[in-house]
Amino acid sequence: MTEPMMINLALAILFLPLLGFLVTLLFGKRIKSIYTFEIAIIILAFVGAVVLLFTKLSYYQNTDIVSQVSWINLGNVPLLGNTTIDIGILIDNISVLMIFVVTLISMLVHIFSIVYMEGDRLYNRYFAYLGIFTFSMTGIVFTHNMLMMYIFWELVGLSSYLLIGFWYEKKSASDAGKKAFIVNRVGDLGMLSGILLLYTTYHTFTFSQIFSQIAAGHFPLNSEFWLTVTGILLFCGAIGKSAQFPLHVWLPDAMEGPTPVSALIHAATMVAAGVYLVVRIFPLLTSGALMFIAVIGMLSAFIPATIALTQNDIKKVLAYSTISQLGYMVMGLGVGAYKFAFFHLITHAFFKALLFLGSGSVIHAMHHEQDITKMGGLRKKMPITYATFLIASLAISGIPLTSGFLSKDGILQGSFAFGSLTGYWIFAFVGFLVAMMTAFYMFRLLILTFHGEPRDHHKYEHAHESPFTMAMPLAVLAVLSIFIWYTPNPFNPEQGAILSNWIKTPQLVTPQDSRFNFMKSELPANVAVQQVTQNSEVMYSESYTQALEGAHIPSLLLSLTLAGLGILIAFSFYQWKKVDVDKLADSIKPLYKLSYNKWYFDEIYGAVFVGGTLLLSRALAWFDQYIVDGIVNGAATVTRAVSRFSGKFDNVVVDGMVNGTAYVSGFIGLIFRRFQTGKVQTYIVLVVFSLVILLFIFK
Amino acid sequence: MIQVGLNHFLVVSTALFALGILGIVTRKNAVMVLMGIELILNSANINFIAFAKFGNFGFQGQAMALFVIILAAAEAAIALAIVLNIYKTFSTVNVDEIDTLKD
Repeated sequence: MTEPMMINLALAILFLPLLGFLVTLLFGKRIKSIYTFEIAIIILAFVGAVVLLFTKLSYYQNTDIVSQVSWINLGNVPLLGNTTIDIGILIDNISVLMIFVVTLISMLVHIFSIVYMEGDRLYNRYFAYLGIFTFSMTGIVFTHNMLMMYIFWELVGLSSYLLIGFWYEKKSASDAGKKAFIVNRVGDLGMLSGILLLYTTYHTFTFSQIFSQIAAGHFPLNSEFWLTVTGILLFCGAIGKSAQFPLHVWLPDAMEGPTPVSALIHAATMVAAGVYLVVRIFPLLTSGALMFIAVIGMLSAFIPATIALTQNDIKKVLAYSTISQLGYMVMGLGVGAYKFAFFHLITHAFFKALLFLGSGSVIHAMHHEQDITKMGGLRKKMPITYATFLIASLAISGIPLTSGFLSKDGILQGSFAFGSLTGYWIFAFVGFLVAMMTAFYMFRLLILTFHGEPRDHHKYEHAHESPFTMAMPLAVLAVLSIFIWYTPNPFNPEQGAILSNWIKTPQLVTPQDSRFNFMKSELPANVAVQQVTQNSEVMYSESYTQALEGAHIPSLLLSLTLAGLGILIAFSFYQWKKVDVDKLADSIKPLYKLSYNKWYFDEIYGAVFVGGTLLLSRALAWFDQYIVDGIVNGAATVTRAVSRFSGKFDNVVVDGMVNGTAYVSGFIGLIFRRFQTGKVQTYIVLVVFSLVILLFIFK
Repeated sequence: MIQVGLNHFLVVSTALFALGILGIVTRKNAVMVLMGIELILNSANINFIAFAKFGNFGFQGQAMALFVIILAAAEAAIALAIVLNIYKTFSTVNVDEIDTLKD
């Protein structure tokens, strides 16, 4: 396959879901079975993605294929210089891997939804929305520049709003949609500022051009500090989209959407976009920006994990576990474990989609019951769901032979190495702690849902295994959660092609003195730039490679022990009931309440931001009512006084003059009318009289 | 014996003129008013003839007096016709009551 063919294939994958969206939306009302078109489209896109994946990785493994066109040419713009905006697509190993994940999960979600959404009022529209969601995410994956990234980024925001608020008759659902949209805007503001900062500096949106200019020593506002700021601003977009602390609050609420949508959002499309963005901009991140990212990732891994320990809603537990796992990826990127972080994005996509679809299967079987305290014993009724859910739980807990073990252990290994090289052990410490908590809450969920005796017999009686179209996606994802697809050695992911050949740590373009010590290149700068274009593997330094190797065994043992411990505790609490959980919760009541109430984030944000806005608006209303209205009313009063005076003047002086004139004329008339008797004799007397007077005057 | 001179004529004519004016102004009957006008005309005639006799004008004064007499006759005819018409319109010849000119 030639490069132009691959470009065309990529464009086809990009625009097929859009076509599906438009057709399904336009004919959705008239043709009841139009959703099959959308499903066919997505299967086609998936087949295309598979072809693209294999072609790229077999024949063009070390070549990036870029195709760009000049979209807008503004000529010479004052202050900006020569302004052209290019758009284009970039096919590299990362984008083909990502597009495979996106289209695969999107396809499985489509198939799963056929039964799950059956009988919904807006059945066809639901599939149309899935189509545009896939289209938006595909655009993010294929873009080779920041502008297109931002456009599709916002499209993802829009489609998430449409799907989270899909059951908009429910107030909580429409509120959740709005919340997701608005909270995302907060992060997007930072991202947009970062993009604009980059554009004003480099006059281009294209990643590779920006990177090569940074490598040539050209920084925003001519300072390395602003390079750090730019990195952090761009990362703000990821904080919003990937639901990182402190903007994670939208994600648990997003559970109001249909469950397959949750699977799509949490595995393949929306939250993955944030991590993907950081992966794309990774080369320009300075040590300061990386530190910021690592801290945010650590907090996002830790806080939601503690919340997930006590939640009783099956989807809420999974939602918080998603934030926690995304925190892992972000932290992994922050500590420089680029390959493992991206690897975790892929493996997590599969098992998290599996968990959500599994929970969807359970919810469907239990007639929309989501409270795990009312479930139990479903293992016998739903063997396929149980088996796949178990595999996903093992994967997310990091148990060997699963994909999750490989990638999660990689991140922990990376943070361990980071600790040993820089002395910041906190990331490794929190990472391992979260690994234990993850194992605990996942198995708590599994045991409460599937093991033990049914707690709600009525619902249990009606529970049933899901039909083929729902079970098949579960099976596919469960198979993909096994280690064998990624590496032949279940304990060393680096032996697999995906980490050794496909994903490669990109060469940093940041100046040497704004990197962590271990990231400093041992090659001259110009050679390093050369290597970016050749796309060959670049490790940071010898010391890092050694530290990573040294961290392998201890982190592996530690994470295994902790995960095992977590599972053991979960079993002893909920399966064997060795410990009375309620009593335990009572004995650490403040901590339990903190976790159960989600660290009061919603309450705090409600008080600070919503309350603050209300307070501000009240103050402004007061200002409006008393100050602005006062000025207006004052102006009116003054005008009235002036007009009253002017009215008086008009009445007295002007009218007085006019009336006076009339009065005087009347008076004169009154005198002279006496002469006008109408009697000829009077006139004659007057004539004679005047004649006599005239005679006396002119004698 | 007093010699009759110009002044005597003028006094007579003035008296006649004054009487005429008085008649016009004071009389209520339109016919009497007309008679006053005749008196004025005749006072003028006296003036013409007096100035003709004592001035050096030849016969021009007498001629003018003849014209005035003729004019007076014509005037009297027309004026009487007017009076008749007034009587027809207002059913009176009392000039005090005829004041529609005022309107």
